[in-house]
Parts: sequence; structure tokens; C-alpha cells
Amino acid sequence: MTLYTGTVVTVRPKSRVWRSIGENALYALGLPFLLLVVWGVWSTISPQKFFPGPIEIIQAFVDTWIGPQFFVDVVPSLARLGLGIVLSIAIGITAGTVIGSIRWLRELLEPTLEFFRAIPPPVLIPVVVLLLGITDATKVIVIVSGAIWPILLNTIEGVRATDAVMTETARSFGITRWQRLRYLVLPAASPQIMAGVRQGLSVALILMVISEMFSSSSGLGYRITYFQRNYLIAEMWSGILLLGLIGVLLATIFGIVERRVLSWYHGIKEVERA
Amino acid sequence: MPDTLLQVEHLKKIYESSTGSVEAIGDISFSMRSGELVCIVGPSGCGKTTLLKCIAGLLNPTAGSVELDGRKVTAPPASMALVFQEYGRSLYPWLTVHGNVELPLKHKRLARAERERLIVDALEAVGLDHAAKSYPWQLSGGMQQRVAIARAVAYQPEVLIMDEPFAAVDAQTRADLEDLVRGLHRDRGMSILFVTHDIDESVYLGERVIVLSKSPTWVQEDLAIDLAPERDQITTRALPRFTELRTHVYEQIQRAKRGEAIRAAA
Repeated sequence: MTLYTGTVVTVRPKSRVWRSIGENALYALGLPFLLLVVWGVWSTISPQKFFPGPIEIIQAFVDTWIGPQFFVDVVPSLARLGLGIVLSIAIGITAGTVIGSIRWLRELLEPTLEFFRAIPPPVLIPVVVLLLGITDATKVIVIVSGAIWPILLNTIEGVRATDAVMTETARSFGITRWQRLRYLVLPAASPQIMAGVRQGLSVALILMVISEMFSSSSGLGYRITYFQRNYLIAEMWSGILLLGLIGVLLATIFGIVERRVLSWYHGIKEVERA
Repeated sequence: MPDTLLQVEHLKKIYESSTGSVEAIGDISFSMRSGELVCIVGPSGCGKTTLLKCIAGLLNPTAGSVELDGRKVTAPPASMALVFQEYGRSLYPWLTVHGNVELPLKHKRLARAERERLIVDALEAVGLDHAAKSYPWQLSGGMQQRVAIARAVAYQPEVLIMDEPFAAVDAQTRADLEDLVRGLHRDRGMSILFVTHDIDESVYLGERVIVLSKSPTWVQEDLAIDLAPERDQITTRALPRFTELRTHVYEQIQRAKRGEAIRAAA
């Protein structure tokens, strides 16, 4: 952070930004495209029942998912996933901030939290089903019970590690507790919180699928298992493809949000590397 | 004494730890009038920062008291602003220069226009009006410390406390920043308590220099600096009187280090 330049760092011109986006897209799509071609050629040369070619799968994809099925299976899954993620983030950050700011509470809870974090959430599914039945709430609870831990523990750690000089600065200027939370503690912890959210997202997607595989009558996980059991192989693969696409979409949305929230953090890193 | 602003009386600070207690400050007493620029120097490790934290209400003294405007300081007072040595850790990197200067004003219940005027005025005073939209980490060390000074100026404190603010910047920048502090004191009549380990700096800046002993600390000397109020890096530092004063302070510091100074029975 100690950089002795007399000038102000300028932002990159727009034209170059677009060019770099184009280049990135080329790099990002190059390998998937190549893999598709190799796969297509391979499946044409030696067709196999369980590994249909890409064209067949894409055909199944269009037939299966585009249409009413989208509302029967995909929308409920996405709704559970979205609700699970929102709840995990809200509860994780709120509880993490409280626990991270109060020392005795942190010391009291941390070993217990580490224990709960270590429990694989799928084993909770039968228990939750017993308590709540086969409902959407069951699935959301399973998602939250897994996705919350990285967010919660990272928030605790980030809040705890607030810089002493920054805190003293805030105190000396008489900045109130609430303002300190809003303008100091949460922004300072935000790089760590975002790292936790990133982990939480992938856990949430996994748990969404698993919770639907166990006990459900709708949803992506349920539908993929159904295809599997009925030897609808191309359809099954198309479901897996859809899951992958949802994962990529989640990561992209996260990336956009992260770049906005942590632009200062990436800026510092860029200046330090320069 | 007329209009005493800051009164430190028999201040004592002992740090308790598992390995035993450390007496950082023995017994410090001094006072500061409104509009004064007082420098505090002392040998390294003499508890300068501890003293400042007690004055700023960030630490509770073991004994003795600090009074600002006749009111005892027990928590950070609203009429005091601090500039820390570590500008990189004192400015918030997620806020722009403007945002950093604005933050302490948020709870002051000012009209938006008035707040904006204070920010612009403070940034102009430190010569950074062009950098309001930049982030602190985009600026050089000296410029970052100017932002911290602007934040303190905009806060309109009765007393500005600076803790070795220029220890981490290069010599040329340091000279500029010293003149900036002199300018704030002269043009705006700000009361400034400036802690430094640099003897030349203390003599150049101060109207009074308080020399601290080594730990456990007491006030070894309270020296009036009888240089003209208009000071200049080249001519003032070349004055014979400047040399005399700095030599005197230097000798005092040497005595303090060796622990030769004997404290008069209080």
C-alpha cells in the first residue's frame, strides 16, 4: 500500500476493456468447443449406449427442458436454491458479525461450530424429513445447513481481524457502533465474506441436487434420478448439462457482484503487483 | 493561566500483563493553551504513543487525569481529531478520498451543503482538491497522509493530535508536510499537539517543546521555542538560534536516554 507515485492511477480506456472481454470469451469458450468436437467425432466412430453424442444430448435437452417441464422441475429447483442461498448469506453474515464482534461468544461457540461444519449435511436429510415431511422447507433447510458454514466462519474470522488502527481511528472520531459496523467492520471483512459466499454457492448447488434425489416429486435432482432409473440416457445427460450451466450462471452472477463489492480490494492488489 | 485547552495532570499508566506489570508512564503533567502548537519529543520507547492514547481517550490511565476544556476525558472527546503514523491503516481503502474525509462528519448532523463545503475546504487546505474521487491506495504515501490531515481538519476539532505523522514518508515530502502543519496552525489558528522522535522537526514546528524522560516517563523539560512565527525550511533552519535550540534539545534527549536527568522532587 505504500506506493510513491505522484500521480493518480487512471482507469483503462473503454475500447481496451471491450477488447479484453472479447479475448477472455475466446479463451473461456475455446476448450469447451474443442471438447465438444472431440466427443462428437468419438461418439460417431464408436457409438455407446450410455454415452450418446452431443447432438443427441442437445436434442434431448431442447425436448426435455424447454417447455412446460421447465416450470415443473427447473423453477422449483432454482427457487429452493435461491432461497437457500439468500438465507445462508443473511443468517451467515448476521450471526457471523455478532459472534465475531463479541469475544467471549466467539470463544464459546467456535469449537462447536467447527463440529457442526464437519457433519456432512446429506446425513441430516432423513432427520429433517422425519421432522418436516417431504416439503420444500426440508430441501431449503438442507441447503442452508451446508452452505451457511463457510459464510458464517469466514465472516467471524473477517470481523474478528478488523485492523486495530482502523478501529482506533473510528473511535477517536466518535463514530458510533452502528456506523462502525456499516463503514468499517463489514467492508473490512468483505473480502473474506465473499470468499465464504463463493464456497457456499457450490455447496448449495450440490445440496439442492442431493436433497431432491432423496425425497422429492419434482426438481432437477428428482428428474435426473428418474431418467437414470428409466434408462433415458440422453435425457439424463441433458439434466447434468443443465446443472453444469446453472453452476456457471451462479459463478458468473457471483463474479459480477464480487467485482462491484470488492473493486477497491482488487484495485489494491493491482497496485501492489504493479 | 488563561484559556487552558488541555490539562494533563499526574498521568500514570501501568500495563498489566501475565509476565508482570510495566510502568510505561511515571508521572506526566503539562498544559496547553488554545491556539498553541506544542511538540512532544522523547527517546524511543518512552511511551509517547501511550501518552497520546490516554489524551485521546483511547486508553484509560492508571492514575491522574486529562482534561479538555475543563472536562475530564474518559472516552474519545468530540472536539479532538487524531492523525496516526500509519496512514495506510488509518484511511479506509474502500472509501474514496472524499468518502474518507466525509465519514467522521456523518454523525455531526450537518446540512449536506455545509458538509460538502467543509470537505472541499479541507481538501483545498492540504492541496488535494483534484484527488477527491481517487482511492487512498492510488496515492503516494505523502498524499495519503494529507488525506488523513484533511479528514482531521474537516472535523473542525478544538485540538489536533498528531502521532509521529511523518515518520513513514521520505525527507522531501516530510518538509512539505511540516510546512503544511505550520500553515494550518498559522492560518486557521489550530491548536496542535505534535508527537515526534525527530528533534529538528520538533524545534522547527513547535512554539513549545516538551522533552520526555525515558520510561517510566515524566516531563524532563518544557522549553519555549522563541523563533519567529514565520518559519521557512531554509532560513529558519540556518538560524544560529535554531541550532542552539536543537542542540539543547538533543542534549536533553541524550541525558534522558542515559537516565542522567534527576527529577526534582514534586
